[in-house]
Amino acid sequence: MRIFRILIAKPGLDGHDRGAKVVAHALRDAGFEVIYTGLRQTPEQIVRTAVQEDVDLIGLSILSGAHLQLSKKVIELLKKEGIEDVPVFVGGIIPQDDVPQLLQVGVKKVFGPGTPLSEIVQEVKSILQEGVTKTGGA
Amino acid sequence: MYDKEFLRNLSEKAKTWEEQLQAELRKFPERSEKFSTRSGIEIKRVYTPLDLEVMDYLKDLGMPGEYPFTRGVQRTMYRGRFWTMRQYAGFGTAEETNNRFKYLLQQGQTGLSVAFDLPTQMGYDSDHPLAQGEVGRVGVAVDSLRDLEILFDGIPLKDVSTSMTINSTAVILLAMYAVTAQKQGAEISELRGTIQNDVLKEYIARGTYIFPPQPSMRIITDIFEFCSKNMPKWNTISISGYHIREAGADAVQELAFTFCDGIAYVEAAIKSGLDPNVFGKQLSFFFAAHNNFLEEIAKFRAARRIWAKIMKERFKVTNPEALKLRFHTQTGGSTLTAQQPLNNIVRVALQALSAVLGGTQSLHTNSFDEALGLPTEESVQVALRTQQIIAYESGVADTVDPLAGSFAIESLTNEIEQKVWEYIEKIDSLGGMVRAIETGYVQKEIHNSAYEQQVAVEKKEQIVVGVNAFQTKQEHQMKNILKVDPSVEERQITTVRKLKVERDNNAVRGTLKDLKEAAKDGKNIVPYVFDAVRAYATLGEISDTLREVFGEYTESMIL
Amino acid sequence: MEHKTLAKLITQIENNPEVAPQILQQFPEHQSKVIGFTGSPGVGKSSLIDRVIRYIRTRDLSVAVVAIDPSSPFTRGAFLGDRIRMREHFVDDNVFIRSMASRGALGGLCDAIFDVVKLLEVSGFDYVLVETVGIGQSEIEISHLVDVTVLVLSPGFGDEVQMLKAGVMEIADLYVVNKSDLPESDTVYSQLLAFLALAGKSEQQLCKASTHANNGVREVVEKIERLWESFYADGTIERRRKRRTRYHAEHIVRKIVEQAMNTVQENATNPYEFVKLALSRLCENHLRGGQGGGI
Ligand SMILES: Nc1nc2c(ncn2[C@@H]2O[C@H](COP(=O)(O)OP(=O)(O)O)[C@@H](O)[C@H]2O)c(=O)[nH]1
Ligand SMILES: [Mg+2]
Repeated sequence: MRIFRILIAKPGLDGHDRGAKVVAHALRDAGFEVIYTGLRQTPEQIVRTAVQEDVDLIGLSILSGAHLQLSKKVIELLKKEGIEDVPVFVGGIIPQDDVPQLLQVGVKKVFGPGTPLSEIVQEVKSILQEGVTKTGGA
Repeated sequence: MYDKEFLRNLSEKAKTWEEQLQAELRKFPERSEKFSTRSGIEIKRVYTPLDLEVMDYLKDLGMPGEYPFTRGVQRTMYRGRFWTMRQYAGFGTAEETNNRFKYLLQQGQTGLSVAFDLPTQMGYDSDHPLAQGEVGRVGVAVDSLRDLEILFDGIPLKDVSTSMTINSTAVILLAMYAVTAQKQGAEISELRGTIQNDVLKEYIARGTYIFPPQPSMRIITDIFEFCSKNMPKWNTISISGYHIREAGADAVQELAFTFCDGIAYVEAAIKSGLDPNVFGKQLSFFFAAHNNFLEEIAKFRAARRIWAKIMKERFKVTNPEALKLRFHTQTGGSTLTAQQPLNNIVRVALQALSAVLGGTQSLHTNSFDEALGLPTEESVQVALRTQQIIAYESGVADTVDPLAGSFAIESLTNEIEQKVWEYIEKIDSLGGMVRAIETGYVQKEIHNSAYEQQVAVEKKEQIVVGVNAFQTKQEHQMKNILKVDPSVEERQITTVRKLKVERDNNAVRGTLKDLKEAAKDGKNIVPYVFDAVRAYATLGEISDTLREVFGEYTESMIL
Repeated sequence: MEHKTLAKLITQIENNPEVAPQILQQFPEHQSKVIGFTGSPGVGKSSLIDRVIRYIRTRDLSVAVVAIDPSSPFTRGAFLGDRIRMREHFVDDNVFIRSMASRGALGGLCDAIFDVVKLLEVSGFDYVLVETVGIGQSEIEISHLVDVTVLVLSPGFGDEVQMLKAGVMEIADLYVVNKSDLPESDTVYSQLLAFLALAGKSEQQLCKASTHANNGVREVVEKIERLWESFYADGTIERRRKRRTRYHAEHIVRKIVEQAMNTVQENATNPYEFVKLALSRLCENHLRGGQGGGI
């Protein structure tokens, strides 16, 4: 079985990385290779990392309230780099009202506070599996 | 505490009781094979005097207001005066905040409390790319002395006491505050107030650090030294366990890591020539109140005893005032659930009660809808009413330390203390807190604890009502959060850009160059920061100057 | 080469080393200065590499970095965090950073690393820096992969003495005592000095650095360059590269043999028969699979 690589990134100026780290930990324990780049990453840094590391999925942890701007920027840059096929997940303090907008700009999945780790791992697995069957494996 | 004969009899009796119980347990087993708290303290079926066999009332508890202060730092505690019900909220521009301050002062309030936005906390000007979208969001935006002049316009700083929640850039805000006061004609020696200035917890919990730990400690030491000579009424540090707990630590870790931070600061103060007998009086602490009611009460009681011992035994402090642990408490934001939010009122009430039974000096109660977004006026009021009900209706404030002598509470207090000492020894063996942070040890301990807790909730080993048990069908609705007026950012950027053109830029360059030299040469940087501030160098420029000398901290990989 | 293309090729090699020869033959030969950094976790390898990149970039040369961290033997998952310390270079087009997990390979290197380094070389980078966690034997492994091996040490990691005893330290070309801002680093420095004298190495092979205070990095880079030049001049690099080819081949052969042996297992009753079966299976596979590259 192929091993998938996931980028967990934490944009925004705040220092609250408890959630990002816990999710990174859970994904590692679920058999993924997790690339973690730490606090306060700009969308440019995140996307360059995604390019160089050739990741299969990007998880953004956003608690600053700027999730709309940041997600949009990241997805724009992914397009610019020609890797918009990499699915983007967003987790954090996201009001229900903003979810449709996030999905509309191209976010694949939004996880609000208190989402069980098992659910996140399951979603990641299924979306990556889906990608593999679509492209006939890589 | 008890005589030998009595304990022997009791021991026999207890043995028989246990034996008889076994038969019963086979028929009616308990809910769980083992009961324990999150910090790994096993909770016994029943506590008796046997558990307090080695306890010595005078030595371990003492009278209220007396060493080791287990029962409280005052003799009469809440019979004299209730704890301070301190609810802080609100933010905006310097002008808006200034108006609110003036109103509060008219109402007879003498203390002001300022929160700053993230760019200010991180040492970036409002026009820095990283500040985009963050200006004025979680507090006032400050770029230069000019913003503080506006913030405190018409407020006589010599007559008020101001608390500033600021850490990595505390030296700059302190200088701005002092220079603003000087411009009003005040002597800085008269100024009263507090800066949080607890940078060590930023590395392990809150994340708004700038420089590596060693230079950060150097700046803190410079502040201690400067203030002791020039601003003796200023409280130079407030040591926080709250953020450590919220980052995932358990109760024991909260105390242990907070006290290890405290030890590092006291050592730094002594190194800079301060007398801990004097300095110790100015230390204040900040803890969280979480869900396990008994453990939390025991935690607060143990905290006072441990800190008094640290100051007395480790730092040879003799002044009783400098042995007292005074603390502010806030209920646990991370314990609030988005599901069935009204349940949070009950959680907050229990947590607040534990803080009161634990003898807190002041208390902030969270609003029940905080997990959903910005609190409403109604929820803020319920939070305050919760404190008032505890104070005025419950009766728990009418006697000092009412739970003292409970076999369970005293046992837990002892056990927590024991476990905290073990952690402190561990940190000592790693070469102290700064070193332990540099190696990532502390961060790893906290992260593992956070992870374990999350797993426990998912396995339902830990029940969170409404989340993994007793759920209702009804979907919870997240409300809108932190909508800030985007014009604040624009205005702030225009102002700071204009300032950079209008001021005497030669003077700015000169003072920044001097600051850089001072930082390099190991001189006390505080007077140089004052000069730069006075010349209207911006917070970002001053921070960048220090970044050039000290470098920037990058977090340690902790998994 | 575009970073995106390069990154995808690395993934292909990583997931299936057999494709490496085909990929590599598409590019003209190019040789980079391949430098390995090893040492215990936490001594400051990533921080040092960050500084080294910064220094190399001031001279407008290009750099690729491969940082290898261990995979969990149980879940196969890994946490790759070395990049954190190199974030300043993320948006620099002349710096390419790639994290790799060891994926079960012994000795701290991953199976694909030889081909990945080769790919980075033919992509035209001036420098290729390889970071590996030093756990005993892996220092020896990395010295088989790179032109110059740098062993990073720092105070507070008592295992140095262990390594001295095991003779593992012998293989490094340059010894860097990092964290020289810490007073205890002087002790480590003098211990090393004594060790080098005993091992018949030159004092020139030792230097101090502090990535925090940004001291000594220039010296580290200059020493690396001087070593590389002299190794190049006296044929050491050429010898080492031949050894690398052989070592890589050995890796591949070992894998092939292992696979052949895995197919026999139960059928054999004694070791000689086992060998016979394994070898015949091996020949069959080899005939069927042609020359094949890695495994
Ligand atoms: N005091 C000090 N600490 C350093 C220095 N270089 C790195 N560190 C710290 O050492 C720890 C490990 O650094 P890292 O580069 O991740 O080490 P690696 O595991 O060898 O790659 C981090 O906390 C760094 O901040 C230095 O020059 N001085
Ligand atoms: Mg590293």
